[in-house]
Amino acid sequence: MAREATGVLEAPPQPMGRRVLRVLRGMRRAPILPIFFLGIVVFAGITAPWISPHDPTRGNLADRNLPGFWTGDRTSPKLVVEEVEFGEGFRQVSLEEARELYPGAELGQEVEVLTRRAGFPTYVLGTDHLGRDLLSRTIYGARISLIMAAVTLGVGGVIGIALGLIAGWYGRLVDEIIMRLVDIELSLPLILVALVLVVSLGQSLTIIVAVLAIWIWPRFARMVRGEVLTLKTTDYVSLARVAGASPLRIMFVHLFPGTINTLIVVATLQVGIVILVEASLSFLGAGVPPPDPAWGSMVADGRDRLADAWWIATIPGLAVLLTVMSLNLFGDWLRDKLDPRLRQME
Amino acid sequence: MQRFLVRRFIIVIITLFAVSVIIFIMARAGGDPRSMLLDDYATEEQWDDLGKALGIDRPYYQQYAIFIADVFRGDFGQSIKERRPVINVISERVWATLQLGLAAFVFSVVIGIPLGVLSSVRRGGMLDMTGKVVALIGQSAPSFWLGIMFIFWFAVKLGWVPPSGRQEWNSIILPMVTLGWVFIAANLRLMRSAMLDVLDSEYVKLARAKGVPNRVIIWKHAFRNALIPPLTFAGVNLGSLITGSLTTELVFAWPGLGQLAVQALWSFDYPVLQGVVIVFTLMYVASAFLVDILYAYIDPRVRYA
Repeated sequence: MAREATGVLEAPPQPMGRRVLRVLRGMRRAPILPIFFLGIVVFAGITAPWISPHDPTRGNLADRNLPGFWTGDRTSPKLVVEEVEFGEGFRQVSLEEARELYPGAELGQEVEVLTRRAGFPTYVLGTDHLGRDLLSRTIYGARISLIMAAVTLGVGGVIGIALGLIAGWYGRLVDEIIMRLVDIELSLPLILVALVLVVSLGQSLTIIVAVLAIWIWPRFARMVRGEVLTLKTTDYVSLARVAGASPLRIMFVHLFPGTINTLIVVATLQVGIVILVEASLSFLGAGVPPPDPAWGSMVADGRDRLADAWWIATIPGLAVLLTVMSLNLFGDWLRDKLDPRLRQME
Repeated sequence: MQRFLVRRFIIVIITLFAVSVIIFIMARAGGDPRSMLLDDYATEEQWDDLGKALGIDRPYYQQYAIFIADVFRGDFGQSIKERRPVINVISERVWATLQLGLAAFVFSVVIGIPLGVLSSVRRGGMLDMTGKVVALIGQSAPSFWLGIMFIFWFAVKLGWVPPSGRQEWNSIILPMVTLGWVFIAANLRLMRSAMLDVLDSEYVKLARAKGVPNRVIIWKHAFRNALIPPLTFAGVNLGSLITGSLTTELVFAWPGLGQLAVQALWSFDYPVLQGVVIVFTLMYVASAFLVDILYAYIDPRVRYA
């Protein structure tokens, strides 16, 4: 029965139940709600054209400022008069109109008249000032935010990682130059630079992506460089060098994988910042050009209409708040899990 | 110390240079200003004369030198919309922005630092939870949206404060809270983690063992040493408070530079925008540099690094 001594110890196959338990234990204290919410946002962003109930850019002017599921039809008492005086429409109703609703209506009587139709069930979250469906716009807004975040993270991340690897690996003058560039970049007031670019070149997605990429690459570069400086002193890297691996190979095969944990954490937290900055730029009218429904510009649309349609500004703002909040909670959890050292650096 | 400061100073200079070059290039990228100033019936001669008067016929590096010389003299050109010197438009509004920025800064320190200390002392307690929520909202909420919600609830619904403007003494409260909240979050988190680190250190344990009262340990031994990270951040903070006022000033119709910049953006008033960007950059860089000096003064590790 004794196993032959082959020099290799085989772990006994784990029963399925225990393996599931282990995965679950890894997820212990995972922020379930934020992960769930992020799942919804990503799903909505990807499937926006198929799941949105209406066209996000085309509205029906007859359906302006309709509330969503939270209110039903709203009625108010109005005085029945012969002819509605100019500007008194909100408390008077003509006899003719009243008779249509209540056949027995008389002059001088007060009748309940529909003042605002409910948007529900046609418009779950109501409509904006141009009669566009807010739910569809919010869903498409998720798509825009995700695309912006992905593209800027891709561009800025690749630049930042590459420069961070180079700075960390080569050190000396190269490091000095790249890190001073990082310092300069971090001390530029980039939102203002974005405004200057928009005024002289016009509003476009390219500008926003470029500005956001410039915004985030130094953060990646700094982080990766720090990691590389410690990884550089490990034995396996020295051995790779002795074995004659080229710098490029060492950087990408031996150093880069060691930075991935940190990168995931930084990227998660940076996505939140990118979404916030993009929303601010869109709010200022320097972001995603209209009529594309960016969350920031949707808030701007509703800013002056709070008194009669609070939902126009509130809903997209809530979308930003919840998304960024989820990203922060998820990122904090990832950080504690993947890279506890980073906690001190925030 | 000197090497450190010289290095920071060089970065300040390069930053200013970079911003000025961007502004200069973008001003030219907007097209030939002559096509705006002259009508279609202008002769070739008028065109050339105006070019000479504006200095556009010279090579670019000379144009840049002229631009910089003008900036040093405080001449940012004429506002297209208001038809008067940009420097006048800006100087009328600087004070409002500084007032709001400083108020928000003080507010964020006064709320954020003590809350950070208290939540580190009573970890997991009610205050700690409150602090976490406050910090999370500050980090995650778009400040322009927060401002709009504040206006809706505290000005429109409850009528406690004026919704916008700068006429009454209490009109500053809402913009101050809006702008300051982000930095409450930053101060709180930094203070809390720094305090936790210090409270875990050997000298605090020694003080405990000696029987020093808890209050003295917290405020004398730990607090002073934990102040360094939030202080470092304060410089960057002060700068971004000033520039971060763009959306806040817009939302609350606060008549400062941020609002001016956004209005210039909407009316394509390039000279004004350019002036605001220069002034903002100067403030931003100067405050960061001042804090670097302060930082090197307070923390000897920086001085001798």
